[in-house]
Formats: sequence, C-alpha cells, structure tokens
Amino acid sequence: MRNVLGVINLVNERPILKELTHHRCLASVPFGGRYRMIDFTMSNFMNVSVSKVAIFTKDKYRSLMDHLGSGKEWDLDHRSQGLFILPSIHPDEKIKGDLQQFYDHLEFFQRATADTVIIAPGHHICKIDFNHVIKEHERNEADITVLYKDYDGISVKRPLYHQCSLETNGEVRDINLYTSPKKGDHICLETYVIKKQLLIDLIKNCIEYDEYDFLKDIVKANLINLKVQGYHFTGYMPFIHSLETYHASSMEFLNPEIIRNYFYDSWEVFTKIKHEAPAVFANSSSVSNSLIANGCIIEGIVENSIIFRGVKVRKGAVVKNSIIMQKGEIEEGAQIENVITDKQVIITRDQIIKARKKPMVIKKEEVI
Amino acid sequence: MPSKKWVAMLLAGGQGSRLGELTNDLAKPAVPFGGKYRIIDFTLSNCTHSGIDTVGILTQYRPHILNSYIGNGRPWDLDRNNGGVSMLPPYQGKDGGEWYKGTANAVYQNFHYIDHYDPEYVLVISGDHIYKMDYNKMLEDHIVKGAHATIAVIEVPWEEANRFGIMNTNETDRIIEFDEKPKHPKNNLASMGVYIFNWKHLKKYLTEDEQDNGSTNDFGKDIIPKMLNDKSNLQAYRFKDYWKDVGTIESLWEAHMDLLKEPSDFELGEPSWQIYAGNANHPPQYISEDADVTQSLVNEGCLVFGKIDHSVLSYNVQVGSGSFVKDSVIMPNVKIGKNVIIEKAIIGSGTIIEDGAVISDSKQALTLIGENQRISTESALLQAL
Repeated sequence: MRNVLGVINLVNERPILKELTHHRCLASVPFGGRYRMIDFTMSNFMNVSVSKVAIFTKDKYRSLMDHLGSGKEWDLDHRSQGLFILPSIHPDEKIKGDLQQFYDHLEFFQRATADTVIIAPGHHICKIDFNHVIKEHERNEADITVLYKDYDGISVKRPLYHQCSLETNGEVRDINLYTSPKKGDHICLETYVIKKQLLIDLIKNCIEYDEYDFLKDIVKANLINLKVQGYHFTGYMPFIHSLETYHASSMEFLNPEIIRNYFYDSWEVFTKIKHEAPAVFANSSSVSNSLIANGCIIEGIVENSIIFRGVKVRKGAVVKNSIIMQKGEIEEGAQIENVITDKQVIITRDQIIKARKKPMVIKKEEVI
Repeated sequence: MPSKKWVAMLLAGGQGSRLGELTNDLAKPAVPFGGKYRIIDFTLSNCTHSGIDTVGILTQYRPHILNSYIGNGRPWDLDRNNGGVSMLPPYQGKDGGEWYKGTANAVYQNFHYIDHYDPEYVLVISGDHIYKMDYNKMLEDHIVKGAHATIAVIEVPWEEANRFGIMNTNETDRIIEFDEKPKHPKNNLASMGVYIFNWKHLKKYLTEDEQDNGSTNDFGKDIIPKMLNDKSNLQAYRFKDYWKDVGTIESLWEAHMDLLKEPSDFELGEPSWQIYAGNANHPPQYISEDADVTQSLVNEGCLVFGKIDHSVLSYNVQVGSGSFVKDSVIMPNVKIGKNVIIEKAIIGSGTIIEDGAVISDSKQALTLIGENQRISTESALLQAL
C-alpha cells in the first residue's frame, strides 16, 4: 500500500458564497443534500488510503471541526495517524501565505512516515482518482504534478482562477495567476502531488527568502529548476465561485446520470453520520425531480429542489428550484422559488418568496 | 472498578423460524426493520436512553451478522472503558461447555459476567420487539414497591390474550399468577419479555433451576412460576405506549404498516428518542420527475423512478420507471426493474425483481420473497401459484 499524506489547504479560501460563507469557511458549506463541500476531497483521500490528513485552516472553522469530529467517518481515528486540524499559530497577525502556515507546522510533515504528499483545496466537488494521479506522477518522474481542468463554466469577469499553459509533453510551461477564464482554458485546480522531502526543503527555502505562496513561490518559481508535470483532470467538476454557480451546480445533482457518477459508480462519498429517521412522504405530498435526505417530513409539494436532513415541508407548502438546508421548515401554505435557505430557517405560514434572476439566500436561523 | 447499579442482558439467540426465509442467514434481532434499522436497534436504543452503559448480548443462532453489526457498540454509545457492549455466545469452561438450553440458562451461564460488575439489578430484555421504553421508570417502580422482580406488561385485546403469557394481578398490580397462553384468560396483561430482577435473588433461582432436571430453563415457564410459588414479591409494570412483537411475517408487515399511519402509531423520528443504528453511508434519496411517492418511508441511497404508495423503502433500493409498489416492505439493496407491480409483499434484502414481474396475491394475502433472489416474470407467476 502507498504511504500518502493528505493536506487540505484552506489558507487560500475566500468567502465567495456571501451569506453562506459569512459564518463558516468555504469547505464547510453544505452541498448535495447531506454533505459539506470538504467531504468530496476527504473521500477522494480515503480512496487512495491516505492514513494521515492535515487540514490547514484559515478562519471560521468551528462548524468544520464539528463536522469532522475525530475523523471516524473517513476512517481516520487511528492511534498514531489520523486527522489533524492545524490552524494559524499567529492569531493576531495577518497570515502571509499558505507556506507560512505549512512552515509553522513543519513538524507535522517531518514526523509523518509518508513519502508522498497530496495537497488539495477543500471545496472542490469532484471525484479524483489519486491512485492514478500518483501513478502518473511516478511514471513521469515528476517533482511536482499540478492538476488542471478545462474550464467549462460560464465566463467570469472577476480574476478568480489561475491558468496553466503546457508544453506538448504535458509539462507545465507557465502559470498565470488571477485570470478571468474562458471556455477551454486550463484551470489550475490548486491540487498537487509532491514528494515529502522535496516539499520540506522547498518550504524552508522559501521562508528563508520571505516567500509565502505555494503556487507562486514553489510551483511557478521552479518551473525551470524542477520537473513540473500537468495532470489533465477530465472528470466532472462544477466551477463554483458565486451564489449563482453554487445554486446551478447543486441543481446539476438532480441529473440521475451525475448522481450515479458521483455516488454509485465509484467509491463512496462519506459524511458525518446523523441518526435521522427515514424520510416521511405523507399522503398529501408530491415530490418530483428532487433529492430528499433522511429525517425530512414532506407533506407539501417539492419540485426540482435539494432538501437536506431534517427539513419539514408542511401541507400546502410549495418548494421549487430551491435548496433547503438542514432543519429548515416551510410552514403550511408558504411558497418559495429559487431560494437557498441556510440551516434552521423557518418560512412561516403563507409567506411567498420568489426570486427571479438570481437565487436569494435566507440567512441561518432566520424566521420569515 | 466501581460496581454498576444495573446491567442489561439482551436475549438475541433465537432463530426466529416464523420469519421464514428472512432468518436463513441471520438471527431474528438482526432482521432489517423500518427501512434503516435492525430489530435489535430498538432495544439497544432504549438502553442508551435509559442510561444503561453495560449490555451483554446473548447470541447463539447465526451470530455473525449481528457480531459485525454491533461491533464495539459505538452507534449506541456503548463503546465504554468500563462496561459497554459484550457479545456473549456459549463458551467452553474447565468442565466443558454447552449450548444455551433456554433463556434462563443463557443468563445462568454468564453469571460471572454479571458478577464482574456486581450490580444491584439485572434487566433482562429481548432483541425482537419494537417499542420505545424508558427502563428507568420501571426500575423506579421496582424500587418503590420493594419488588424481587418486576415484569413489564401491556394490555392486549382480550380475544388475543390466549397468544401471550398473561399476568394475573391483584388490585396493586402485584402478580399472583402467571398463565402461559391460557385458553380462558382471566386477564389481558401480557408479558413484554422485559424483566428487572434483584440480582442476588435471581442468582439464587437460576442456580436452583440449573439443578432441576425437569426444568426447561426458561424465564417465563420456570423462573417466574417458581418465584411466585415461593411468594416472592413480583410486580407488574404497566406499559401504555406502542409495543409490537415482530416474530412472524404477518406481524413484521403489520408493524411496518403501523409506521405509515397518519399520524403514525410509532414515530421513528422523535427528536428526544432517536433510534440509533449502525449506519452505512448512502447518498440522499433521489425522486425523479415521473416518480410519485405517497404515504411512504424512503431511505438514503434510494433511486425512485416509479410510483410508491403506502410502503417502506429501505436504504439503497432502486425502483425503475413504470413500476408500482403498494402496501409493501422493501428491504435494503433491492433492485426493482421497470414496469414491475408489487402489492402487499415483503421483499428480502438484495433481491432483484426483473422488468415486468408482477408480485401480487390474487387473494390479497401477504407475499414473502427471501433474500438475494432473482425474480423474473416467470418466477413471479410461479410464486403466485
């Protein structure tokens, strides 16, 4: 079995999902009816039998810690290996970059018995077979492998993504930071494979020269000195960078083909276990094209929606094109359309909320 | 190690032969129930909610699935440093060993296990009933009345009383007589198979019972009558909520139908009394555009493209388009093809129902399909004959 160390790097996260990321980090945003975004990366790590995972957190990680617990659900509660949450050790200072935090916790890398490290962000909704990535990394005798995907989302004006340009042999020629991508552009997934000792040496080296950014100062700066190989990820993965893209990507999970692809055809996606009862569909209910999690009681009408665990949709209530997060309640006669309600929101009797162009978010625990 | 106030001994060794093909490979307590549970989860969750942290599970028949399911007891908060859950199959000692001869003998053979915790009381329960009960309240009653033993009872309809062990009581609910399946019942208080004993008292009777060659070593048939004979203080504890023995195919089906009533006879999702289960991980249930689901329980991992009415779909069940499932219990991992009709049936785990099959009894009787079967249109016809 391989000896691989998993790193989930949340240091570069930005609160791009407005209300949904006001009080929680991006990795901890609920997704797909019963998951948090980080579950996908955690489960990808499980599939490659990662025995030790470190999560480098930035801020607002209370809900993330609650979600991950001891790591038991991802088979990470081991005596010596397991799950490590590594926050900044300078609570009063602004962090200079992910490398600073890696350096502050360098002991974690030094102590690990693994020889290969995977670094990934916490919010990618995808299934990457890292067994194959590592195999390619070794076959190419690469120092660093950088994963990229061809952009297939809608055009964005804001410069949110980094792009790779490649040589014909698949080596990375250059990396352009902060670009506005068009369809087909090679987007850097900020996901890397690197040997542990090389990583430690590079981190130390950078810190010595006051360099703090992994992508810029380790990858981009060493394109000539090191063999930096591109890995073309061709699987499905939505590009999520705004509430609209979050809503649209969620709705894509109502496609049975995508559901099968993510949840039935390959390894499982694991999440925190809750002891919710089976979903109750009342005689008065009418549900179509929707995901309904356990613990829900559906008495009303639900169409094209994603309903998280423990939600109640009362008699005569209508939910369309919406995402109702955990423990929400849509009371009798209320109607919502194109709405994202955060956890524990109550839409009271006969309220009508219909968002037209953009999905509307109702903040956590609000009563409307 | 501090001694325990009480420990629970959970009887889970029975085959449950009246559950037919559902218990070919597993013991009755391990039979799936309610879409995501196994029957034993209800008793174990009762223990958790009653604050019992030491549970011995007595196994004998086909224990493997139960063993791996219970594991270290974590889902029920029974992974404890002191106590927790222990699987107790029959074992060999210095003087040999033997199978459990009866419920009382099973506990007798494990009296070292109980003595190890030096408890004041022992709760004896079985893993084949569906109910939510706070055993603490029963213990309080037991202590207040200074009883040697307390037996939980439930009122059953008079016409059914002859199917149960009936407790005849005086005006203060002290038990004066025990009638096993009486032809002419004098009372309608049926034993629920839930007992609290003072451990010292019980130990004495278990030891004596062991010397009695004519005994069947059974709590109901031997221990309780002997205690009554000796004028021990035996009290009935009346339980008023839902309780169901799911020992037969019919009662298993009925208990599922009870879940589906509006309002339900037995709520699975009560926030203050969750039923814990050794959960597998499954994606959320997908209900397609053309699907129609009414008055049903649907679990995680289900993909529903057909019409479901008044049924329970367990986890990982798939129902193809054009199919219709009514008044049925579909156990985990069942795959139902397209244009299938299933009416009033229990479909065992892992079974595949091929496209176009019809499972429906012309006389409206309950149909049972066992585990891991493959049912085509032809075999469905044979089933009907």
